[in-house]
Amino acid sequence: MMFVAAECTPTSFKDFTLIMPAISVGNVGQLAVDLIVSTLNMCRVGYIHTDCLIPMVGNNPYATFAENANDLSTNAEVYSSPELRLAVLQIRTPIIQTKSKKLCKLMVSWIKASGFSRTVVLSSSHAYQRDDQQLLGSPLRYLQTPSMQKVTGDRLKEMEWKEMETVSTFPGVTDSEQRLYIPGGGATKGLFTDSCAEDIPLVVVLIFCSEGDNIPDAFTLLNHLNTWLHLVDAPVSATAQTQPKWRIPASWRLLFGSGIPPALF
Amino acid sequence: MATFFGEVLSVYSRAVEEDDDDLDDENEDERIHREIEEKREVHIVWCPEVAQSLEDSGSNTLQCSDLIIAVGTNAAGFLSAYVLNTESWDAVGHVSLWNERSRGSSRQSIAPLPGEPACLFYRHRDNPAVLVCQSTCYIAEDQLFQWTEKVLGCLQKRGLSVMVLSDSPVAEYKTPDYLYGSAVPFLRSLKSSASKGQALCPALEQPNILTGLPAAVLSHCQVHQIPAVLYQCYTDVISPDSITMETYKPALLCLSKLVKLEPCLSADVLRKFAIITEAQSNLYT
Repeated sequence: MMFVAAECTPTSFKDFTLIMPAISVGNVGQLAVDLIVSTLNMCRVGYIHTDCLIPMVGNNPYATFAENANDLSTNAEVYSSPELRLAVLQIRTPIIQTKSKKLCKLMVSWIKASGFSRTVVLSSSHAYQRDDQQLLGSPLRYLQTPSMQKVTGDRLKEMEWKEMETVSTFPGVTDSEQRLYIPGGGATKGLFTDSCAEDIPLVVVLIFCSEGDNIPDAFTLLNHLNTWLHLVDAPVSATAQTQPKWRIPASWRLLFGSGIPPALF
Repeated sequence: MATFFGEVLSVYSRAVEEDDDDLDDENEDERIHREIEEKREVHIVWCPEVAQSLEDSGSNTLQCSDLIIAVGTNAAGFLSAYVLNTESWDAVGHVSLWNERSRGSSRQSIAPLPGEPACLFYRHRDNPAVLVCQSTCYIAEDQLFQWTEKVLGCLQKRGLSVMVLSDSPVAEYKTPDYLYGSAVPFLRSLKSSASKGQALCPALEQPNILTGLPAAVLSHCQVHQIPAVLYQCYTDVISPDSITMETYKPALLCLSKLVKLEPCLSADVLRKFAIITEAQSNLYT
């Protein structure tokens, strides 16, 4: 079993909502998850200890004061907010190349065993692979498993969310089979198809983006998710409804490198 | 990605590409993957006495109070000069593994020769609960977890403390202010939550992270609640260097509580462990 509880007391996730990222283009899912954990001040309740991810350690990425700055953090950790009945899994390193399928199976079996009422996978897909229709309108898409459909019904369609389009298995050939294609989505498709097979209520929320400064994409994806899950209340002003305030964690500093040597200029 | 001149460059993406192996012949692929996995397995080869102790223990574990791991040539050189230089240490084992950076085409069953990149274990004669590991060979990403589980799996968790000394290039250290030459080399520390003592140098600041063997060992200790402390030395020299080795000296304070150490060393002794770059690497000869 790859989930290891942080404290001696066992944690129950029964009927919780799980939010997790896919390692995908721009790392948007992971950035969005960082914002959730940081803003909601979530408590770490366990680790995912597995040979499928590249190892990594560092000090507390969500440190807010000196006392908690030196808590060691690993490559995959689970955070919880019992009041919101919310659990969040953060994955911080890439999946080892040959272990993607194994990780999907392990994740699906952990989700099932933990009894999460629904799982949300935050992901992204290469913007340059969009077809003519997808170039217009919102870059946000969703996918839900049949079990999730039973839970949410048409809620997401009513909110005018767009379902991820399928592509033709043989482009150019008329009447060819349609298949799911999420380029740049990493293990998203694997997780989704395994969840369909295991009757897991799971929804994928993704954004089309390119590599670069993906912080704005993370905010867009998260604000979109928030319109459904209401994790954070958006302040309503007299004139217009503004976006919720998300707290940027300490670990987002120096994303593009260290300070520049003055002698360079 | 297209450039202004019309050439197409492949862009590096952090995303892992979608695996499209639904169409592959799964049976043959599975066999090949299994063979590659077996070739890349990590094995620990213990000396007969230690192998016997493991067997006699019933749980296939050794009693160990302190495990000190040196990762990198400078960390290993420091331990060789300050700790392993007395006659009280026995070589008790090594790790046998193969990856794309190893010499030869498969895993070697014989012990590595002196000077070769390797993972060696030493045990103190007067205090056999103290183990030292010097790791100077490359351990691939997919082997790190296995290495850690197998090595730490041989040791009883109860009463165990781990110390890791690790080299890193200063180019990987992120700081808002540019680091001037005189500041380098320097030490930073990381501790597992179970480690209650005070670290002997400043903690590694965000947003810096560690990967590789030190990360694998510390993750294992964090998850299994084993007290562990890591001292990371950031240096601007890639080859073994006596000044970099001396930077690890604060760790001697902890080590001197475990075993008798050489009180002070002459510069000559340290220099012996710093290999001078060979002239054979000159392009023009």
